[in-house]
Amino acid sequence: MTPRAIFLLFACLSLAACEGRDARPTPVFHESGNPALLSDWGVVTTHSGALRLGDGVTPYDLATPLFSDYALKLRTIWMPQGKSAQYSADGVFDFPVGAVISKTFYYPMTGPAWNGSVTYGSFPTVQNGAMPLGSLRLIETRLLVRRKGGWVTLPYVWNDDQTDAVLTRTGDIKHLTLMRPDGRREDFPYVVPNANQCAGCHATNATTKAIEPIGPKARHLNKASLYAEGANQLDHWAAIGLLEDGFSGAAAAPRNAVWNDETENLDLRARSYLDANCSHCHNPNGAGDTSGLNLEPDATGPALGFYKTPVAAGGGTGGRPYDITPGNPDASITVFRMETTDPGAMMPELGRAVAHEEGVALIKAWIEQLDGGRY
Amino acid sequence: MRILAIGAAALTISACGEQSQSPAQSDADDSFQEALMVKLLDAAPGDVIDIPEGLYSFDRSLSLTVDGVTIRGAGMDKTVLSFRNQVAGAEGLLVTASDFTIEDLAIEDAKGDALKITEGENIIVRRIRTEWTGGPKTSNGAYGIYPVQTKNVLMEENVAIAAADAGIYVGQSQNVIVRNNRAEYNVAGIEIENTFDADVYNNVAVNNTGGILVFNMPNLKQPGARTRVFNNEVFENNTRNFGHPGTPVATIPAGSGIVVNSNDQVEIFDNDIRDNKTANVIIASVFSAGLAEDGMEDDFDPYPEGVFIYGNRFEGGGNNPDGLDLQALKLAVAGPMGRIPDILWDGYVNVDKLIDGVLPQTLRLCVQNDGAQVLNVDGPNGNKNPGIIDGAHDCSLEKLPAIQLTGKLAE
Repeated sequence: MTPRAIFLLFACLSLAACEGRDARPTPVFHESGNPALLSDWGVVTTHSGALRLGDGVTPYDLATPLFSDYALKLRTIWMPQGKSAQYSADGVFDFPVGAVISKTFYYPMTGPAWNGSVTYGSFPTVQNGAMPLGSLRLIETRLLVRRKGGWVTLPYVWNDDQTDAVLTRTGDIKHLTLMRPDGRREDFPYVVPNANQCAGCHATNATTKAIEPIGPKARHLNKASLYAEGANQLDHWAAIGLLEDGFSGAAAAPRNAVWNDETENLDLRARSYLDANCSHCHNPNGAGDTSGLNLEPDATGPALGFYKTPVAAGGGTGGRPYDITPGNPDASITVFRMETTDPGAMMPELGRAVAHEEGVALIKAWIEQLDGGRY
Repeated sequence: MRILAIGAAALTISACGEQSQSPAQSDADDSFQEALMVKLLDAAPGDVIDIPEGLYSFDRSLSLTVDGVTIRGAGMDKTVLSFRNQVAGAEGLLVTASDFTIEDLAIEDAKGDALKITEGENIIVRRIRTEWTGGPKTSNGAYGIYPVQTKNVLMEENVAIAAADAGIYVGQSQNVIVRNNRAEYNVAGIEIENTFDADVYNNVAVNNTGGILVFNMPNLKQPGARTRVFNNEVFENNTRNFGHPGTPVATIPAGSGIVVNSNDQVEIFDNDIRDNKTANVIIASVFSAGLAEDGMEDDFDPYPEGVFIYGNRFEGGGNNPDGLDLQALKLAVAGPMGRIPDILWDGYVNVDKLIDGVLPQTLRLCVQNDGAQVLNVDGPNGNKNPGIIDGAHDCSLEKLPAIQLTGKLAE
């Protein structure tokens, strides 16, 4: 065999999408009940060493995502045949009953066999509906399902054999070791939220307490598609029928910066990061409104944290005077709360056990260049 | 077959057991966590979740999102939920629901707040103990019992110990009664903040940094007004301030009995207030709380207005104030052997509201309390002329009505 033929054979073996395999699974919407297995939904499955998306399941990504202990995330949306979401320029899209959103958390392993050690960096994602697992380890898949009565949250944890994920409504802790690219190792408890804790982020309006998706907003989706080459992701959604009327092209839609794209404006990158990581609680009606801090893209002044004293932060102040002290990141509570991993002091309160060093560096750089004494 | 089945079950259990490597607190039951989480997830309105006597250990926070649920233990010294091994979650128990009752249990050593209840109505917290068992430490969680943005709230017969912020705290709420509680060794014993219509009575606040606080903080959704503090015992609140630098309570001098900051229409009467070494009562504006004016929303009212102090029994206190500035002040006004008068006032008034140089009566600090004097520390002029001004506070204010709780809480 020529080297090229060997390569092809290898690709065929690892992709599981080769001839002779089943077609993509068919998604099923369950109006009631809590199916015990992720595969019952037919949205995300594994087969022969590859993750496979169900028929009609669309993967997507966000300009700037929520940080979750460096986990890689595969997001998907599926809606019943013929259904689509109502576009909104500012808020989350209005999805039809039957919509199923999934987010799969996974890590690159540090060796060929699973030993609880994970790393991060750039890694392949889904292509043509499949992703070879190879040296990837699936941790959990969270579903947001739009039923008649509203959205419900269902956390599934992948089994040891990576053959399916099991509904785990009370959540879980996985004791993992993070290996940073420079070789530092850090043990951390990866926490799978329990179903009530999902509301901690997804009840973005703490008064109505309604569960809502967070990511599928125009400003998060408005970017080059990772999955449809050459297309803008919003335009692609419209082209394949995921969006109803009201959408007049990505060019007219709001757009968040990509937090780590250094060709973009620093202020926009930082605000985009704070939006994605904080504003699901820190908005005028969110759970974080008890402190009066608002980190949505249009916030200004004390509400945005400038010279704002803390209210109920406890140890979360880190001994610092203001949420944001313009010009002085080391005197800014926001930076401390992003750096610490003390559960009683850190932000976000859930879903993080290690510091996002690159995110911290971004926010520090942003605060550093803010004009001290004026805002 | 039966033996085989049992064998398989045993195998499964041991496999699970291997995953949890953190040492369990001695004698603590950590198998209850899963069971209680399921009960909280599956709770329906009207449910009562009984937690029997026992010491239960948790490594993650608990949460309840269903209205109409009661959680009931076997007693605050019998049913103990311990969060000493907590690795995730910003509170012990988080409740985001209405018509909630919790009684007769203890929450110990939460990493953040012990019991937080947000955006609910008709809340009863009764005979709950929240405690950090290592005593007062800065590393303790912030709040013991912490309802925030709630309405129609009853907190009674609770015990709160060693919170690094407030033991019993009510924030941004409305229509509240706090009675028959005991708060000790917290930075703030009992704190009413940005809350409308609260009655705080028959409580004991002892050995805190500050006993009972009635505060308004800027930049929040609502200010607060109309709090009555009466029939409480507030004594020996002299524990050093172990609050986190940067938090508002970290500015409270050790030895503060009752403190009003920026709140309006506050009545303080019939209390026994004694031996608080900085001052038995402190009335202050936000300007004395270390806040930057730049960081204040424009519509915030920083002045405490309409404060009425009468019929309290004062004894001792003011003899050894916390901090060099206050020590110097005491020396200047009372000499080395003297004491700061029972009521310390920072002296800030809203000059825009003065009519012919005086505040309208309804906005004044009025004192009708035998023998109690008010020391104006002259904050607006950099404390240049602190002194007791005879007759300056000889006025009365209309008394506030008693709080009427509604529904089940009125029983």
